[in-house]
Amino acid sequence: MPVTTIADREIHVDDDGFLTEFDEWDEDLAKTLATAIGIGDLTEDHWKVITFLRSDFQEQGETPTLRRVSVVGGIPTKSLFQLFPKKPARKMSYVAGLQKPKGCI
Amino acid sequence: MTTSETAPTMVPDFGDEESDRKIAFVCSKGSLDMAYPALVMASGALEQGIETHIFFTFWGMDMINKKTMGNLHFSPVGNPATHMPAALAPLPGMQAMATKQMKKTLEDLKIPDVPSFLEHLSDMGCKMWACQMSVDMFSLTEDAMYDRLDGILNVADFIEIIDGAQTMLI
Repeated sequence: MPVTTIADREIHVDDDGFLTEFDEWDEDLAKTLATAIGIGDLTEDHWKVITFLRSDFQEQGETPTLRRVSVVGGIPTKSLFQLFPKKPARKMSYVAGLQKPKGCI
Repeated sequence: MTTSETAPTMVPDFGDEESDRKIAFVCSKGSLDMAYPALVMASGALEQGIETHIFFTFWGMDMINKKTMGNLHFSPVGNPATHMPAALAPLPGMQAMATKQMKKTLEDLKIPDVPSFLEHLSDMGCKMWACQMSVDMFSLTEDAMYDRLDGILNVADFIEIIDGAQTMLI
């Protein structure tokens, strides 16, 4: 696993650059990650998604899919496309410090 | 992690540059097992930010007909992939049993039923079209069809819309 430097910290990532260690993430890092992929400033709505992703990951052991975020997390799919444009599933996972979702739906 | 090396900041490439990639699915079957492949693949394409179209035609109209869309069936007849002895497949009750089993498997995997799946796709920006000829063949009215369709198109119009798309007939 590669180690990269983000915000002067050493962070473990996979070959695509997604974080692999749950505990290496914190809110400050999320801001840096969001800026790095062009999301910009994180709003309250972004944080709602990120918080759900991380708590669901802790319960389920895997990154929730878009549909799960909408059905279980109660955040409409349309909003996810606005908050994390074009590729919401991958972008929200990245900012939340998780691997991209494995599930297809 | 003694073998790890510290690399300069690594950021995933989300391929955000403008892309004109398009994908189109032509759904021509009305059985449960033929409905899902297009729905799942369309969902994956939309998640990747790809412009996605679905054209419902012939028996695929069952996927958008309000009377049938929530109640598609799966038949083991003539389907060697079920690994069922061919003589058993046509027995009474076998289709109902196979359908029930498949629906349960899908449900256990948290895969939505067809109407909810279409709603999910529509939320993601999927364009869904009904085939004009099939609408005429089955004497369907707009009210009888799924509310979130983007329209009824003849083939020429659909072909024009999907110019440059990767197209799959299912």
